[in-house]
Amino acid sequence: MTGLLLATVARTIPDTAVFIAGALMILAGGIGVIACKNPVHSALAMVLTLFGVAVEFIEQQAEFLAAVQIIVYAGAIVVLFLFVIMFLGVDQRDDIHDEPLVAQRPLAVLLVVISVISIIALGFEASWAVGPHHVTGKTFGPYQNVGEVGRSVFTTYLFAFEATAALLIIAVVGAVVLARRSGAATSDAAIPTSEPTAETTEEVAS
Amino acid sequence: MSIPGSWYLILSALLFGIGALGLLIRRNVLIMFMCLELMLNAANLSFVTFSRMLGDIAGQSAVFFVLVVAAAEVVVGLGIVVAIFRRRSTAVADDISGMRD
Repeated sequence: MTGLLLATVARTIPDTAVFIAGALMILAGGIGVIACKNPVHSALAMVLTLFGVAVEFIEQQAEFLAAVQIIVYAGAIVVLFLFVIMFLGVDQRDDIHDEPLVAQRPLAVLLVVISVISIIALGFEASWAVGPHHVTGKTFGPYQNVGEVGRSVFTTYLFAFEATAALLIIAVVGAVVLARRSGAATSDAAIPTSEPTAETTEEVAS
Repeated sequence: MSIPGSWYLILSALLFGIGALGLLIRRNVLIMFMCLELMLNAANLSFVTFSRMLGDIAGQSAVFFVLVVAAAEVVVGLGIVVAIFRRRSTAVADDISGMRD
């Protein structure tokens, strides 16, 4: 009996260690994001969180998503954030102690604490959709994750996948349009044609 | 593999709480965006956890789509931030209170 228990614990230790390492990365990174004054430090802390989430994905045998997480988030989105931070200039005057709304921060902390506690309590109390909260379902076997995800995406969710392509094109075109038009507005001579119309509509409205 | 799913769900709830807290207490638009990403990641973590607990790969497909939508959202959102910055030269949410000017 004791031997069996020890064997179970010994088999659990690596998984538990990986889980705890990932959880520490996630929580430390998250606190870093909201606590750092310098936005560059916040972005780097977010990289830590994203890597932690990827570790938890691998721990749950979602290897494809872990790789995509690293490539898309850490490789593309964070770089985009850093580019924009550099472009705008590092904004040092985002003062933590500057409080425009009375008692907003204490209320925000209170609200978040209540929400998280109630989410966790509800999860334990109501056993959401998964039966007892310690259930671990069957897995998909080793080295099958990419194939399973691909089969699901390209059969069941094929229409959503096609819509995704359209969404990405629209997003890229929209970003280009946003960036170009504001650049033209500051430098071009086309702006006087639009400004008087804005003023006249304002006069008509008033 | 032997970690109970509830641990991951608790971790996900904590990460979501951190993201929501940051969104509420920070003023810099870029950091508010980062907190949005944290909350999306918390949702992704619960998706993968439920996918494993229920033995259903559909949760991981949902995470794939969430990743794509998050990328599109960041591209458009940062484009808007840059456009606002060019016009108002501020990235603090309190200074961006009017849509017209």
